[in-house]
Amino acid sequence: MESLTTWIEGLLADNTIFTLQTLSYYGEGLTTTVQLVFLSLIIGLVLAVPLAIGRGSKHQWIKMPIFFYCYVFRGTPLLVQLYLIYYGVVFIDGIQDTWLWVILEKPFVPALIAFTLNTAAYTTEIFRGAIKSTARGEIEAARAYGMSWWLMMRRIVLPSAFRRALPAYGNEVIFMLHASAIASVVTIMDLTGAARFVYARFYAPFDAFLFVAAIYLCLTFSILYLFRYLEKRLLAHLKPSGQ
Amino acid sequence: MIDLHGYGPRLFEGAMITIQLGVLSLILSVILGLLTASAKMSRSWLLHRIGTLYTTIIRGVPDLVLMMLLFFGGQIGINQVTDWLYYQFDIDIFINVNEFVAGVLTIGLIFGAYMGETFRGAFMAVDNGQIEAGRAYGMTNWLVFRRIRFPLMMRHALPGLSNNWMVLLKTTALVSVIGLSDMVRVAAEASKATREPFTFMLIVAGIYLLIASVSEWGFARLQKRYDVGFGESN
Amino acid sequence: MAATPIPLEVRNIKKRFGDTEVLKGLSLKAKKGDVITLIGASGSGKSTFLRCMNLLEQPDEGDLVVHGEDIRFKMTKHGREPADWKQVVDMRAKLSMVFQSFNLWAHMTLLENIIEAPIHVLGKSKQDAIAHARELLERVGLAERADYYPAQMSGGQQQRGAIARALAMDPEVMLFDEPTSALDPELVGDVLKVMRDLAKEGRTMIVVTHEMAFARDVSTEVIYLHQGQVEEAGPPDEVLGNPKSERLKQFLAPKH
Repeated sequence: MESLTTWIEGLLADNTIFTLQTLSYYGEGLTTTVQLVFLSLIIGLVLAVPLAIGRGSKHQWIKMPIFFYCYVFRGTPLLVQLYLIYYGVVFIDGIQDTWLWVILEKPFVPALIAFTLNTAAYTTEIFRGAIKSTARGEIEAARAYGMSWWLMMRRIVLPSAFRRALPAYGNEVIFMLHASAIASVVTIMDLTGAARFVYARFYAPFDAFLFVAAIYLCLTFSILYLFRYLEKRLLAHLKPSGQ
Repeated sequence: MIDLHGYGPRLFEGAMITIQLGVLSLILSVILGLLTASAKMSRSWLLHRIGTLYTTIIRGVPDLVLMMLLFFGGQIGINQVTDWLYYQFDIDIFINVNEFVAGVLTIGLIFGAYMGETFRGAFMAVDNGQIEAGRAYGMTNWLVFRRIRFPLMMRHALPGLSNNWMVLLKTTALVSVIGLSDMVRVAAEASKATREPFTFMLIVAGIYLLIASVSEWGFARLQKRYDVGFGESN
Repeated sequence: MAATPIPLEVRNIKKRFGDTEVLKGLSLKAKKGDVITLIGASGSGKSTFLRCMNLLEQPDEGDLVVHGEDIRFKMTKHGREPADWKQVVDMRAKLSMVFQSFNLWAHMTLLENIIEAPIHVLGKSKQDAIAHARELLERVGLAERADYYPAQMSGGQQQRGAIARALAMDPEVMLFDEPTSALDPELVGDVLKVMRDLAKEGRTMIVVTHEMAFARDVSTEVIYLHQGQVEEAGPPDEVLGNPKSERLKQFLAPKH
């Protein structure tokens, strides 16, 4: 480890901008970005499954609120949602005197809420589409074999819908990674926040932003390859094999 | 009535900026998209590579980072060019990157990449036989493009185009971060000053939804036009 | 009363789609070992009739008795519906269906398709279900295809797999809905052979088909439907060998 830092120091010897100090900003920013994106995706996913099922319900009182939620969160900019939740929380009268303030004081939690609600809305629509496109015959077969609604959902509809949703969900993951850059607007030191800090400090926009762009590019490609791998494994059943 | 604390007119101006920014970037992105699609489908190895590089990088980096790079970096880049002109040729010009122009350029550049993919897919979906029929009747390449390939392509491109526009519209909100007074920035300032974030942010959200609904209606009508002759639209 | 109840009896089934009455009071009784073939032109209602038997379509009128048990119905604002879905679910587990388009679950291998309902509907142990499934695959000649996904098999293999899936339920009655209609001609033979073997071993089967040779050789009863009504019914020799109605004669006449 020590040899690694000395090696990096050697590399950076003539560099006034990329010192170990600034690199550590980027490192912390990377951690924050990954945490924020990962947590919001996981919670959003958990929310989206029941919402997607409910979105296809026969009952208006279940279907309509979910439709409205998706419509609003998919139809407005994430930045507006972030501002709404961030300022909405900060300006609640007296909140700064309660114990809640300990968590809400940091912008991380409002940002996490905004991101989660946003990705849940998009994911709901993705799953909704995948559930709707389940082959009619497969559903009939499940019913003909005596499966109850819930068993059919659990064993037939959802597993095949998840697989079909995979490519679209991969795009959503990348979309969230990119969208998370706006966390820096509410003073979170994520990757973009680190870049903005370095830019402001050294007035070196190219170095600061090109470097962070490269990191995002790497992350994007990792996600892309992860999903390609998953698709290859989980969607193998849809490809006819030359036998 | 809702009390806007005197922010009403500024909010309206902000909404106008959002719409102008959206429409101008849309036009730029469509032009860039058509060029990119042509480059990616071209037989030239170099053009193909450039097109691919452009779409890959743009789609791999957050919009906000690209915007900051082009906006903050662009000013410095231009200053270096003008400085060089001054020292070398004694030409003294000063170009200040206007936030609005920077916004249109970056958003147009970003969405040009997405439009490129949309158009490429749509061009490839067009039945080749109909193009050949055009050629067989002695139409020039340009005529074939204008009268046959483009209208046929648009039918396939419209759903993607409409989708890109919806995303583009929401992306315009990011210009508030680089200092342009669009409606999101006005609403953010008003929220802080009046401590009433819900009033202002919900109004802005409502305007976005309104623009989106109106455009959805417009795109549906366009789709109908381009679907003529293809039976029931699917 | 007989010691063992009749596997399936339907009485006076009526069904309308909008203004058209597609089934005008059809009845059928399948005793153990019966192979009943439903024939008729397309639009005669034979598939709808079959689908009413396991309530994939809801008949507007008529009774269903499965293994001596009456299916109960109730009236709702959407029309007649089963009163107790639990009863329907149990009933369906006794009548397994083979579909025209196979309808194997695409995200599961053939083996997984076969053990799915026995494990989760009948509550069999996984071990037993797999052992049984392997036997059945052997019987339909697909032992080597156990780990293939449906998309990786030919139509004929998929349909034989689907028959194995139906057999895995140990059904009282097997319902076949035009099982060979979606197959290329050269693949029909294998599927029919499996079905002939099933008939020979005494399975109770109700088959909607266009395969007249199968109907003649295998069935105990042939029912010819025309516009939702029984035009002729009886043993195959009579109905197919000596048709009385003009329509059936035309229907059976060799097409050029």
